[in-house]
Amino acid sequence: MDYSAIFSYMYTEIALVGVTVLALIYDLMAGERGRRHFHSFVCTLMVLFIAGTVVPWHKEAGEIFGGMYVYTPVHGIVKSILATGTLLVFLQAEPWLRREDTRFKRGEFYVLILSTLLGMDFMISAGHFMMFFIGMELASVPMACLVAFDKYKDNSAEAGAKYILSALFASGLMLYGISFLYGTTGTLYFDDMTSRIDGSALQILAMAFFFTGLGFKISLVPFHLWTADTYQGAPTPVTSYLSVISKAAAAFALMVVLIKVFAPMTEYWQALLYIVIVLSITVANLFAIRQKNLKRFLAFSSISQAGYIMLAVISGTPYGMTSLIFYVLVYMVANLAAFGVIATVEQNSGGKVSMDDYNGLYRTNPKLAVIMTLAMFSLAGIPPFAGFFSKFFIFAAAFEQGFHVLVFIALINTVISLYYYLLVVKAMFINPNDSPIAAFKSDGSTRLSLLLCLAGILVLGVVSSVFDGINLYTFGL
Amino acid sequence: MVQMEYYLIVSTIMMFIGIYGFLTRRNLLAMLISVELILNSVDINFVVFNRFLFPGQLEGFFFSLFAIGISAAETAVAIAIIINIYRNMKNIQVKNLDKMKW
Repeated sequence: MDYSAIFSYMYTEIALVGVTVLALIYDLMAGERGRRHFHSFVCTLMVLFIAGTVVPWHKEAGEIFGGMYVYTPVHGIVKSILATGTLLVFLQAEPWLRREDTRFKRGEFYVLILSTLLGMDFMISAGHFMMFFIGMELASVPMACLVAFDKYKDNSAEAGAKYILSALFASGLMLYGISFLYGTTGTLYFDDMTSRIDGSALQILAMAFFFTGLGFKISLVPFHLWTADTYQGAPTPVTSYLSVISKAAAAFALMVVLIKVFAPMTEYWQALLYIVIVLSITVANLFAIRQKNLKRFLAFSSISQAGYIMLAVISGTPYGMTSLIFYVLVYMVANLAAFGVIATVEQNSGGKVSMDDYNGLYRTNPKLAVIMTLAMFSLAGIPPFAGFFSKFFIFAAAFEQGFHVLVFIALINTVISLYYYLLVVKAMFINPNDSPIAAFKSDGSTRLSLLLCLAGILVLGVVSSVFDGINLYTFGL
Repeated sequence: MVQMEYYLIVSTIMMFIGIYGFLTRRNLLAMLISVELILNSVDINFVVFNRFLFPGQLEGFFFSLFAIGISAAETAVAIAIIINIYRNMKNIQVKNLDKMKW
């Protein structure tokens, strides 16, 4: 076997393993003095990693291990988007990690997050259901540890239990579906399976079970019940990671599997997705209106955003793939900006995350209030910001394929979502408050990440070369 | 030789006992055991399909081996979290996990 092919196609994963191992060794070897530079050490490694992998190494697709691992340039792009999001989360996590009660666990945080990222990369590049399953579990088992990271907090423990039990249940159902796919086709390779799927009743059942497993990870509506509790209970940096990176990776993987493997059953999974999209967007919007805790509020907002992402999946075209990646990128910067503000306010005000606490934030911390407002505008899809363009492309992709009613329902829901996003803005700018959160100065690391997110919100939509650049690679899929 | 259908009946029954248990049990460990039933029924499915329908290959056997290994890792994490809950709340009943709702 030619080993050079492994290094040349699997470069992202191998580099990521390298980063993880270096972080682990640093955690073991560095003394009390060296530990103070741990944060900059890991962030530098991540920057080098992203710089080395951001441009796909190969222009054409390739596969190794007999087709178990598939490389296409678009996979490389998605992976570098995920890695960038992880770097932003690291930057935002710094003040929380520096605290007295979490300082000694800093190394664990980095290593666990990097191993979930590795799992997601394998899940995206899988060409075989075993690879897919291992990648997905590698992404979700360390995630449960991260959710329960604040060991002595009841909420964190409760969130961890809810997450791991739902994750186990969902992966059990998914495996059950895969077992029937294997029984009816006799193969687990994506390529071989496509030609042997005939749309029998058992295979439709298997596809629905399989969809459950990924629907859980993306937290679409019938499978969303863990989301709000887990998001609220988990430490804020973990929540932001969970709401963006994990969701984006699973959405992309779902699209690849549905298009590649279940191509002969397109009408069935489109019917399934249709119902799920309408439910996700509507139910999550209605629940988001009544939330008072900002993390819970963003949890429901992220469920409804996941519904929008599925609009790109239902189109099933290369154009839909481009708009999915672009949407994920824009959603990432906007959501991480919102979570960055929440995290820094929580750290500097003694754990305030309720919407009422934000009353009058504009008077004391105008910059943070403005960033939060722009993030909300982008999430709602108000024109000059990136969120508008990403929503536009998504709607166009679904409309093109004839889902007119669906796009109309989604549009109505965009208006509803505008209402609750503006509730946050209203709290910060208009609601009177006698004792608003005192003025504070965020640390440099958080500022840097917020600045990057802000630049993303303002620039990504206007600079059309981003969308075109992604579009170059999705062609042919 | 025992027919394939009998194995599949056993695995299906195990699967749905697992789902029923997961939805009705009020103890975290019992819920975990129910999930394990689901995962084991999947392993039976894979092995049976491989043995009866596709005897020339080993994909199903390997998948079930990996599934067993990974479910062991998941169970270890789940039990660690349950122990943590026990330390915080002094019992592992689901009704105590109601600090966050709606």
